[in-house]
Amino acid sequence: MRQALEGSQAIARAVALCRPQVIAAYPITPQTHIVENIAKLVADGKLVCEYVSVESEFSAASVVLGAAVAGSRTYTASASQGILLMSEVLFNIAGSRVPIVMTCANRAVGAPLSIWNDQQDSMAVRDAGWIQLYCADNQEAVDTTIQAYRIAERTELPVMVCVDGFTLTHTLEPIDVPSQQQVDAFLPPYHFARTLDPMKPISMGTLVSPDFYPEARHSHHQALLNAAAEIVAADADWCALTGRSQGSLVQVEGDADASVAILTLGSVIGTLADAREMHPELGTVKLIRLRAFRPFPSEALLQACAGVTDLVVLERALSPGGGGIVGAEVKAALFDMPNPPRVHNFAVGLGGRDIPLDIYPRLLQAVRSQSPRPFAVFDVELDKLPAEDR
Amino acid sequence: MNTTSQTTIPIADLRRSQPRFQGIESGHRACLGCGEALAARLVTEAAGPDVMIANATGCLEIFTTPWPESSWRLPWMHSLFENTGAIAAGMEAALKAQGKSTKVLAFGGDGGTFDIGFQALSGMLERGHNVLYVCYDNEAYMNTGIQRSSSTPHAAMTTTSPVGRDRMGKRHLKKDILSIIASHHIPFAASASVAYPSDIRKKVRRAMEIEGPTFLLIHSPCPLGWGHDGALSIEVARLAVQSGLFPLIELERGELIGTMPLRQPRPVTDYLRLQQRFSHLFKDDSRAREELEHLQALAERNIEYYGLNSNRDDPCDSEGADTVRRGGQRWG
Repeated sequence: MRQALEGSQAIARAVALCRPQVIAAYPITPQTHIVENIAKLVADGKLVCEYVSVESEFSAASVVLGAAVAGSRTYTASASQGILLMSEVLFNIAGSRVPIVMTCANRAVGAPLSIWNDQQDSMAVRDAGWIQLYCADNQEAVDTTIQAYRIAERTELPVMVCVDGFTLTHTLEPIDVPSQQQVDAFLPPYHFARTLDPMKPISMGTLVSPDFYPEARHSHHQALLNAAAEIVAADADWCALTGRSQGSLVQVEGDADASVAILTLGSVIGTLADAREMHPELGTVKLIRLRAFRPFPSEALLQACAGVTDLVVLERALSPGGGGIVGAEVKAALFDMPNPPRVHNFAVGLGGRDIPLDIYPRLLQAVRSQSPRPFAVFDVELDKLPAEDR
Repeated sequence: MNTTSQTTIPIADLRRSQPRFQGIESGHRACLGCGEALAARLVTEAAGPDVMIANATGCLEIFTTPWPESSWRLPWMHSLFENTGAIAAGMEAALKAQGKSTKVLAFGGDGGTFDIGFQALSGMLERGHNVLYVCYDNEAYMNTGIQRSSSTPHAAMTTTSPVGRDRMGKRHLKKDILSIIASHHIPFAASASVAYPSDIRKKVRRAMEIEGPTFLLIHSPCPLGWGHDGALSIEVARLAVQSGLFPLIELERGELIGTMPLRQPRPVTDYLRLQQRFSHLFKDDSRAREELEHLQALAERNIEYYGLNSNRDDPCDSEGADTVRRGGQRWG
């Protein structure tokens, strides 16, 4: 049954359906409503778990790590500065190969201080060794959260479910919340092979010399590559159970023969789809959405780009002094194509800057240029800046 | 035919069948005379096998677990330097959720406890997790090569508080961590010393029986960092207590409930003289004399504040504890 729910409320319900035993919570805008909603579920007796109100995001990530190795399913959520504060633990969780699911309510990173949405936070920890899945809408956030537990526990890798702050977390949508029976059928009870147990004592997190370190890193990389199949399988099995697929690794919409495509991550895809509908005169355009950013879906991306001559890569973050982060990775993947498309790489909607519908015709205008512009912040208003910064 | 006389039992089996439980096996890579290794062995022996350990980054973590070897006979995890209180809290929450009674121990050095891990420790104590946190206090960052911590005593020389024309070692006081811990009003907090193993056992057993957060600060000499012979570790640790510089106290809900009395306080110079880190205080220098007076005053302040002076022969005082008397009476 579909219900009108705020994104955060829907995510809280999805988490509760997964029967986590330990939840660590530290508030940060725009994640706050998620942990508040879970606290209420616990207070009302609708979710029985240890709800640990920690004193920082650093401890939030550490508490779920300790709990997961002690044999419990866990959950935490954060955003922005919180993600950066816990970043050391994020690397540690992934390197220890511990299955943990967290939500990142994507938000800009200060300075300058901004509480609004972009994806600089999760992009900053893309090398932490977590699986990263980006959601287009709140139904996907619900379904992906549930899928994430199965993926994490099968691969012994942590999963970060990324949802755009405010755009998704604070927006009401009609959501089909799955039943407990459906989730129980999909997600077996938590099992972690290396659970710490006094009857079978093991040591975790030991010092590793150069004799073994590269092997550990290789196997971590390999595990992430192998996780692609689990992400696909989780979505397929979930679809068989509920009738809803959330796009596997890469979601492609539109005319398969289109020569122009726009690639993005997260909720901005909804704006682009609406704009495309409003502008049939601008020709056929394919919309490509990377649902998985880690593992990077190179193969699926190349298939999606077959026949494309101009690819616009829109991203919600940047690497200052370098350029686009997603753009650079997409270009690297396309390098293996015999006739790769021209790539037009722009950052949009930084720090919550509105992404209006008319961005679509403006982007397509840019595509018609003789040669691709270098990476740029697309919607920057240069007249606000001193001359030397323009 | 008597077959048993011909059977050789592998040493590993003998070790496994030893009557005394040992949490840390021999063969680890600690330095000779390492106070921390001894203290951790005493704590795990007293705590028994039904425990789970969260261990901060530091010497203890490094010397016990060079992959693929491990000295631990207990479920053990090292995550990071500054999150041990939170890792332990997570373990405890999980065990509670699963209805298990396994006790969680958290181990850290003074760097991981007084300094970088202090916030996570404070959070764990405030939330009332059922964890025994043990700080092995060797009074500096020893694992990185002897840098000052907030636990380093005043005037001690380390590589980041060196002695020179303008400096006489550490300029600041040793942080009074127990008072800060006591301010959390946890059920039990205590200081102990490797020089008094029975006292450590007694305090660990007491903490193990308490459902809630408990804290134990164990003074653990580091021969390399303090600059004394490894064979002198126990003597050095004992003199720290006997001089009043490291008082052994017990606190319940923040209130002082017990101390180890000093039968005859020793001058701090007896303790300081044995250690290279204080050698600059024994030069003919007015500043050295001033610092020695300062350290003696700190010891006397401890003796007065905690009422450590004893005017009778207490078998558990700083001279009597952990000594075996005629008749075999053993205390603690």
